[in-house]
Amino acid sequence: MASSTFKPPFEVGTLNLIPEKITLDNYRTMWARAPFGRALLNSALVATTITLAVLVFGSITAYAMARLRFRGRPALNAATMAVLLVPGQLTLIPLYTLIVQLGWIDTYAALIVPYLFNATAILMLRQFFLQIPQSLIDSARMDGMGELRILFTIFWPLSKPVLAMVAIFTFMGSWNEVLWPLLVVRDQQLMTLPQLLTVFALGGGAGTVGVSLASAMVLVVPVVIAYMFLQRYFIESMAGAGIKG
Amino acid sequence: MRAEERSGWRLGAPYAAFLLAFAAYPIVFALVLVFLQWDLVTAPAFAGIDNVRLLADDGRFWRAVGNTFVFLSIHVPLQIATALALAVALNRPLVFRTFWRAAFFLPVVISGAVVAILWSNLYATDVGLINRLLVKIGLTPVPWLTNPLTAMPAIAVMVTWKNVGFYVIIYLAGLQYIPKSCQEAIEIEGASAWQRFRHLTLPLLLPQTILVVTLSTINGFQLFIEPYVMTGGGPLRRTYSIVLYLYTNAFSYQKMGYAATIGVALALIIGAVVAIQRRIIGKAEAL
Repeated sequence: MASSTFKPPFEVGTLNLIPEKITLDNYRTMWARAPFGRALLNSALVATTITLAVLVFGSITAYAMARLRFRGRPALNAATMAVLLVPGQLTLIPLYTLIVQLGWIDTYAALIVPYLFNATAILMLRQFFLQIPQSLIDSARMDGMGELRILFTIFWPLSKPVLAMVAIFTFMGSWNEVLWPLLVVRDQQLMTLPQLLTVFALGGGAGTVGVSLASAMVLVVPVVIAYMFLQRYFIESMAGAGIKG
Repeated sequence: MRAEERSGWRLGAPYAAFLLAFAAYPIVFALVLVFLQWDLVTAPAFAGIDNVRLLADDGRFWRAVGNTFVFLSIHVPLQIATALALAVALNRPLVFRTFWRAAFFLPVVISGAVVAILWSNLYATDVGLINRLLVKIGLTPVPWLTNPLTAMPAIAVMVTWKNVGFYVIIYLAGLQYIPKSCQEAIEIEGASAWQRFRHLTLPLLLPQTILVVTLSTINGFQLFIEPYVMTGGGPLRRTYSIVLYLYTNAFSYQKMGYAATIGVALALIIGAVVAIQRRIIGKAEAL
């Protein structure tokens, strides 16, 4: 029994079903009852936008914090460390009231904007950027390159491993997040996949076990496929982020 | 102004603005909300220390605190034991070692909502796999999620299963730094496998254990989606976690001041528990 629980969850799930029941009907029912296609698009859009933002904005910030001497830098470093120490539950409600006051309930902005920067990502990028030799920056400046060009044409190609790590844990964090969407989105058309899945399972919309598991599969299968190809990076990334964050 | 100084401000400014709006402001406003009564529809009203007083007398809140501690008291020790055992097992030359490591880590990358839905089916009283196996070996089925005594332990076991791969990675990293010569020396002394584990591996893995205790405690305090999906906080409110209670107050009752007060209290509780754990472990280390 222990071994069966340690099988990948999708296999545990299938063990629960009487084999004849596995037909495409579960998927058809699920697709018909709730906007899962739309939720898949929403999740992909939100997670992709956040990941790109965290990579681009995070790199710009980390570059300034690692390689540019300016008077605000110590404060920025200290603030980043402080942010990591504050538990998310403390800021959850004030953030929610902020979103309400901005009129962002039921918008993509509510799902995306609070995640545009990520302190863990910035610290990881900063740590990596600190190790790149100063001579590269100096000679690029001699050639008249601006700081952003130095970052994206010299630093980025050297930083692929850390960029991949940041991309994976950011994307997975966003893809799996459910508490925040539950607070700021009520319109089914804007719900992310895990949120719609939760609402669907709770509201009894699923009806049968088969349908509820089928909807879970839509969320899990893309992750499992990506994981199979990139498992080493997944493990490094998520373990690294969890420990540093 | 120097060019570098100017660039630094220019590149750092967006993040500084973001921190002000989405970190500093919420932190300050959380403390303001403690003294407000606000349903988000009418204007916020000053409430003095009503929220704090309500919190102190709120049986449901303290029940949620108690539930969360029940969860932690099962989850944290079980997480250490399972992660340590698996890491030691995986640290030996083993067929398909990479496969096993990857298999144990898979639940870490999967959404907690999905894991909760899958395990609800495993735990189901009549048709769940666990009870069907129990019946097969001649035992009576257990209503895992509907019995007040078993519901929270059942959730704790599930969360431990979901996260074990993450902590295995931490322990595996620690095991790499135990010198082979130590292992060999203690083997020559004639130590049994258990003695080797007890007197060599375990003490040398203390830094990893501290990390596992801290991280699993902090994560455990975030318990939300599992009871939300699996039990709705029941039976008899025995699986109502602190975050679930916070969410209910904000979302169902529209009590922003009170929900924020719960958030502040939770942050203080987390800080206190982690500090106490550190102190206890620090003392154990000195012995």
